[in-house]
Amino acid sequence: MSTDTIDLKTRLVADFHAREATINGEASTAFHQKKRAAIAVFDQLGFPTRKNEEWKYSNVKDLVSASYHFNAPSTLTAEDLASLNIPDQNANILYFVNGHYDADLSQIISTSDKIVISSLQQAYQKDPEMVNSYFSAVEGDSDAFTALNTAFAADGVFIHVPKGQVVEHPVILRFISDARQEHVGSQPRNIIAVGENAQVKFAEAFRTVGEQRSFTNVVTEIHMGQHAHVEYYKVQNESDQAYHVGTTEVIMLDNSHFYAATVTLNGKFVRNNLHIRINGEHCDAHMYGLYFPDGTQHVDNHTVADHLKPNSESNELYKGILRDKSKGVFNGKIFVRPDAQKTNAFQSCKNIVLSPEATMNTKPQLEIWADDVKCTHGTTTGQIDEEALFYMRSRGISRQEAMSLLMFAFCADVVSQIKIDSIREYLEGVISDKLTNK
Amino acid sequence: MLSINELRASIEGKEILKGINLEVKPGEVHAIMGPNGSGKSTLASVLAGREEYEVTAGSVAFNGVDLLELAAEERAAEGIFLAFQYPVEIPGVTTINFLKTAVNEIRKYKGENPLDAAQFLKMVREKAKLVRMNDSLLKRALNEGFSGGEKKRNEIFQMAVLEPQLAILDETDSGLDIDALRIVAEGVNSLRSPERSAIVVTHYQRLLDYIVPDYVHVLYKGRIVKSGTKELAMELEEKGYDWIKEEVEALG
Repeated sequence: MSTDTIDLKTRLVADFHAREATINGEASTAFHQKKRAAIAVFDQLGFPTRKNEEWKYSNVKDLVSASYHFNAPSTLTAEDLASLNIPDQNANILYFVNGHYDADLSQIISTSDKIVISSLQQAYQKDPEMVNSYFSAVEGDSDAFTALNTAFAADGVFIHVPKGQVVEHPVILRFISDARQEHVGSQPRNIIAVGENAQVKFAEAFRTVGEQRSFTNVVTEIHMGQHAHVEYYKVQNESDQAYHVGTTEVIMLDNSHFYAATVTLNGKFVRNNLHIRINGEHCDAHMYGLYFPDGTQHVDNHTVADHLKPNSESNELYKGILRDKSKGVFNGKIFVRPDAQKTNAFQSCKNIVLSPEATMNTKPQLEIWADDVKCTHGTTTGQIDEEALFYMRSRGISRQEAMSLLMFAFCADVVSQIKIDSIREYLEGVISDKLTNK
Repeated sequence: MLSINELRASIEGKEILKGINLEVKPGEVHAIMGPNGSGKSTLASVLAGREEYEVTAGSVAFNGVDLLELAAEERAAEGIFLAFQYPVEIPGVTTINFLKTAVNEIRKYKGENPLDAAQFLKMVREKAKLVRMNDSLLKRALNEGFSGGEKKRNEIFQMAVLEPQLAILDETDSGLDIDALRIVAEGVNSLRSPERSAIVVTHYQRLLDYIVPDYVHVLYKGRIVKSGTKELAMELEEKGYDWIKEEVEALG
C-alpha cells in the first residue's frame, strides 16, 4: 500500500472522529451508531488494492492519491447550470451540488400523497426512525467505499412511494460536482422506499463542472414492496477528471419488477456496483448497461443478481464500445441459492473494441446451489462487422457514417430501455455527438 | 458505360480473375454465367469495390471514370449497385433509415441538397409498390429475420430507390422459389431503360427466362471463354458446362 493511500484514509478517519466530537447528543442515536460502525469497517478494510479479487482490474491508486474538499460550498447559479440542463416539465428534478441539496434549483411537481420527495437531511429531521429503518438496511458494509459513504452520509435524496401509488412524474436526481476551483468530493446517499403495489421511475444523472478532479462516492438503496415496480436509470457524463464509485443496492419482494439501466458516457475512472437481492417469488429483475469510454478512461461494472427465492427471473445485457486506450471491466455474478428452484437467469455482455490499445475484461460468475434452474451467459468482444460495413458502403454510405449508424444501433439496445423520454433523448444526443466527433 | 480491360484480381495471393474483357453499353443487360468457382462473384465484388480483392492488372472505366481508384461508397454514388448474393442482416438499423442515409449521402456526393422526410417517404412508398415490398418490412431492422425471398426483394427495392446506372445482380436467383424469382425479375425489368444497364450473374438459365439478356458470357477459370446471345444460355441449360470446359481444355 502506498503512503498516499494511507494518507487519504487516515485523513478521512480523523475527519470522522473530529466531526463526531461536535455533534453532542446526536452521537447516541441509532443512526449515528451505524455510522460509527461503518467508519470502523472502513478503517479496518482501507481502500481496496488490486489484491482484492473484486478490484483486480480496477486500480484506485490514482483516485486516492489526491485530497478532495468534501461537500465544498459552491457558487454555481441556475445560469451556470443552464447548459447542463435536461429540461423536463413532467419530471420532479432535484439538484445536488457538491453533495448539498439545492432547493432553489430543484422542481418538485408531484404531490406528497403520491410520493414523498425530500433531501435525506430533511427527511431525517422530520422522521429519524423511518429514515433509520431504511438506512444501511440492505447491505452490511463489507465494501470499503460503501462503508465510507455510510460513515459520512450527510445528504442525498429520500423518496417514499406509499402503498398503491403509481407515480406518473419521474424523479430525476442531478448530481453536479463543481470542480472549477479545487478537487472536490461528495458522498450522496439515496434511499428509495417503494411500497406494495406502488410504481415509480427515477434517474440519477452525474455531471462535473470545471477542470479539477471530482470524486463521487454514491450509494443508493432501493427497497421494494410486494408487487412494486421500479425503473432506475443511472447516467454518467462527467469530466475527464471525474472519479466515480457508486453502489446501488436493491431488495425485491414477491411479484416485484425492477428495471435498471446504467449508462456511462464519460469519466476518468468509474466503478459501478449494482447488487440486486431477489428475495421474493415471481419477481423479474432487468439490468442493462452501456459504456463508451475513450482516451485513458476506465469503466468497471460489477453486478450481482442474487436469487434467494424460487420462480424468479433475472435478465442482464451490458454493452460497451471502447476507443483509444480505454479500459472496460464487466463482472456479472449470478447467485442461485438452494431455495431458489425454477430460477431463470440470463446474462450477456457484448463489446466492440475499436482500438488495438483498448482492453476489455469480462468475467461472468455463476454460483448455483439449486438444481432446477435455467441460467445462460455469454460474452463477446469484437470489432465492427466488416461485412455489414461493406454492405452499407456499397449503397453509398461513407465508412464513417456507416460506423456511426452501426454503433448507434449497438447502443440503442440499451438506450431504448430507458422510459423517461427526456433522459433517453439526452443520451441519444450525447451518443450521436460522440459518434460524429471522432 | 462500363469498359473492363484485361482485369486480373486475386485474393490472399490466389489469382481468380485472369484477364477479363467486357464492354457494357447503356441499356444493355449482360448475363455472366459459368460453373461454380469460375470467378463470377469475384467479378461482381471487384466491380463493387470489395477490399479483400487485390486488382493486379487491367483497368475498369465507368462513364470515363477509373473505377478502381474509387472507394465502394464512391462507386455507389457514381451509379453502381451490387445486389448481394447474401444480403447482410443489420440489427438496430431500420431499412427506411438506412436508405434515407444512403440516398442523402449520394446526394451529398453529387452536390445536391438532402431530401426532406416527406419527399423521401413519398418516393420510398412509390418504389415499394413498384417491387411489391411490404411497407411493414421498411420499419424493421435491415434484413433481420427476413426470409430469403424478402431479403432478395429488399435488394431490388433498394436498387429501385437508388436508381443506379449499372446494376450488378450477384446470384440473385439463388435460394428463391419460382414465385419469388418472378417478383424479383419483375422488379428488375420495371427498372430497365435505355440509360440503365445490368450485369446478371447467375449459375442457372432460369432467371434469364424472366430477365432476358442482350448478351450472355461464360466465365471459366477467370476468363470469359464464350460470348453469345440468350440462345447461348439455352444451350448451357440443355448441355451443362462440360462441353465448354472441354473446348477450353482442348485449346490448352
